[in-house]
Amino acid sequence: MEKFRGVDYYGIEDLLSEEERMVRDAIRDWVEVEFLPLVTQHHRAGTFPVELIPKLGELGVFGATLKGYGCAGLNSVAYGLIMQELERGDSGLRSCASVQSGLVMYPIYAYGSEAQKEAWLPRLARGEKVGCFGLTEPDHGSDPGGMKTRARRRGDAYVLSGTKLWITNGSIADVAVVWAKEDDGEIYGYLVEKGTPGYSTLDISGKFSMRASITSELSLQDCQIPLENKLPDVKGLKGPLGCLAQARYGIAWGAVGAAMACYDWALQYAQQRIQFGKPIASFQLVQQKLVWMITEITKAQLLALQLGRLKDQGRARPQQVSMAKMNNVHIALETARMARDIMGAAGIVDEHPVIRHMINLETVKTYEGTHDIHTLIIGRDITGTDAFGV
Amino acid sequence: MNIVVCAKVVPLSSVTIQIDPATKRMVRKDVSQELDPQAAKAVEEALRLTEKQGGSVTVVVMGGDDATIGIRGALAMGATAAIHLSDPALAGSDALGTAKALAAAIRKEPFDLVICATESSDSYTGLVPGQLAQLLGVPPLTFATSLTVEGRTVTIKRQSEGGYDVVTSELPVLVTVTTGINEPRYPTLKGIMGAKKKEIRKYTAADLGLGPAEIGESGAREKVLTVGRPPARPAGTVIKDEGQGGKQIADFLANLKLI
Ligand SMILES: Cc1cc2nc3c(=O)[nH]c(=O)nc-3n(C[C@H](O)[C@H](O)[C@H](O)COP(=O)(O)OP(=O)(O)OC[C@H]3O[C@@H](n4cnc5c(N)ncnc54)[C@H](O)[C@@H]3O)c2cc1C
Repeated sequence: MEKFRGVDYYGIEDLLSEEERMVRDAIRDWVEVEFLPLVTQHHRAGTFPVELIPKLGELGVFGATLKGYGCAGLNSVAYGLIMQELERGDSGLRSCASVQSGLVMYPIYAYGSEAQKEAWLPRLARGEKVGCFGLTEPDHGSDPGGMKTRARRRGDAYVLSGTKLWITNGSIADVAVVWAKEDDGEIYGYLVEKGTPGYSTLDISGKFSMRASITSELSLQDCQIPLENKLPDVKGLKGPLGCLAQARYGIAWGAVGAAMACYDWALQYAQQRIQFGKPIASFQLVQQKLVWMITEITKAQLLALQLGRLKDQGRARPQQVSMAKMNNVHIALETARMARDIMGAAGIVDEHPVIRHMINLETVKTYEGTHDIHTLIIGRDITGTDAFGV
Repeated sequence: MNIVVCAKVVPLSSVTIQIDPATKRMVRKDVSQELDPQAAKAVEEALRLTEKQGGSVTVVVMGGDDATIGIRGALAMGATAAIHLSDPALAGSDALGTAKALAAAIRKEPFDLVICATESSDSYTGLVPGQLAQLLGVPPLTFATSLTVEGRTVTIKRQSEGGYDVVTSELPVLVTVTTGINEPRYPTLKGIMGAKKKEIRKYTAADLGLGPAEIGESGAREKVLTVGRPPARPAGTVIKDEGQGGKQIADFLANLKLI
């Protein structure tokens, strides 16, 4: 199979600035040369190439849209293109960057004290330090507002207790942004450093999806942290939801990258694979699948791009982010499944990237708000009535 | 040390190159372009030298308006400034016309060292660097697989068939670098952002004091007569292993005097 050729059926390239294209091409080349040769071994072993984290930092991927603190200060579209290219490699690679940028650096940047920003942002940007984001709990996934993790003031410390589950980068993180409730019933964010007594992590094994990514449980047992480790500038569920809107935006682009990878691969395969004396690409049923894929990818690209433009104008609403996350992950998963199908038996082996993307996208459909939860968010927005069943 | 790098901007490597049958020139319009990966190695080598001993890296590119993405690519890697030779009058120049335009632009700069790729990765003539050295009146040190500068002395390892020759010269010189000389860095995102703010000076043919007798199609003394595909390669020999496969391969290689 030839090297990835990019997918642009509608001249969307023309809607990008020169700088945006350069950013995309730089990351595309990097993924091709530095990441793709490693992915299969890590996917098989269920590990993440942690040695790439400082390299991503050197490129400037982490917190790329933030201003100052050693960050690149890119616009949202360029950031989206980075996510697209990373996930063209693997959803696990994009997850690592999404968590570090959208879920760790963003809350420190938006809600943190100056001292917290100075202490963490430059090192996180360089990839010297890794962060994770602890919101989900064993008993509270889609309804994080019901979380059980508690933070209580004891003298000049906060004491955290509870369990966070499904936490990307958990065990490799130097700092965890943990969301917990205080006695006033409100949710606040806390920075918990690796090595703090009472804080421990355990990796989740047996994953069939997102294998080239670390997913952990965080355990907080009477874990004391200094008062100054609380994020001072946010209170309530809007804290974590504000972060999620950043990361979901990245997912909307990332999913397009995974879909582009599957489509490009399946198209080349279909043109080369001969059955009944002809390339399978010449059969109507195969063409129908390829046409569905390219049509949906094109729509998803435009959805992501316009969302990015709105975001850069400060006009993107969280419900619009929900739509892009919901739609783009859905079509990416369907594209991956069709690509898998087109490849027949070859589609189930990891010699080809398709099955890896397909099973990764099962996670992407669930995390950062499941597909159905985003449906309910948009439903509430357009009808004015809440169908969450509460 | 002031280094000038001559760089070409070429179609993306993923693009299948088309030849316009009428002009017999490569179609560059509406084709995505990038800094020639060969030229990126020349830029990289220049950056490594100036990082060690200070100085500037000026990239000179001759090409159409859409070459700016490649020029910014070199600036994003870390080059100090760029010169863009852009004029419809330059289109269709042959190698010598190109060398004349580059030389005229370089002469406007104080330079100690000019670095070029051995050849570009779109047309592969490899003619320009030698002509350019002649026009600039500096010695060409070609096929460098390594390049060092101590004081005013330049030393290269010049790739040869059996190994390499060590060649030295005093600055100013022109050096051509081979593919193997380095792995160019990735432009960082901050570099890309910073590239926007760097200067790209534009020169027309008139700025360079060149006219139709020297440049463009009218000035070209090289003429492309035909463009054709290489002959199809004959089918390879398939050895089916029926117990004798290893021996057959060994015989085949021995026959070619490879073992
Ligand atoms: C690999 C991986 C990495 C992750 N990384 C992180 C991380 O870094 N940090 C973090 O905090 N979390 C992380 N998560 C957790 C993820 O965000 C949650 O899994 C997700 O929010 C869903 O929660 P749940 O799994 O508990 O599912 P549930 O909430 O139990 O949902 C199960 C099903 O019920 C449906 N459902 C739930 N409520 C409703 C309703 N009101 N109406 C209709 N349908 C409903 C859902 O749509 C879903 O189909 C990760 C998950 C995975 C798999």
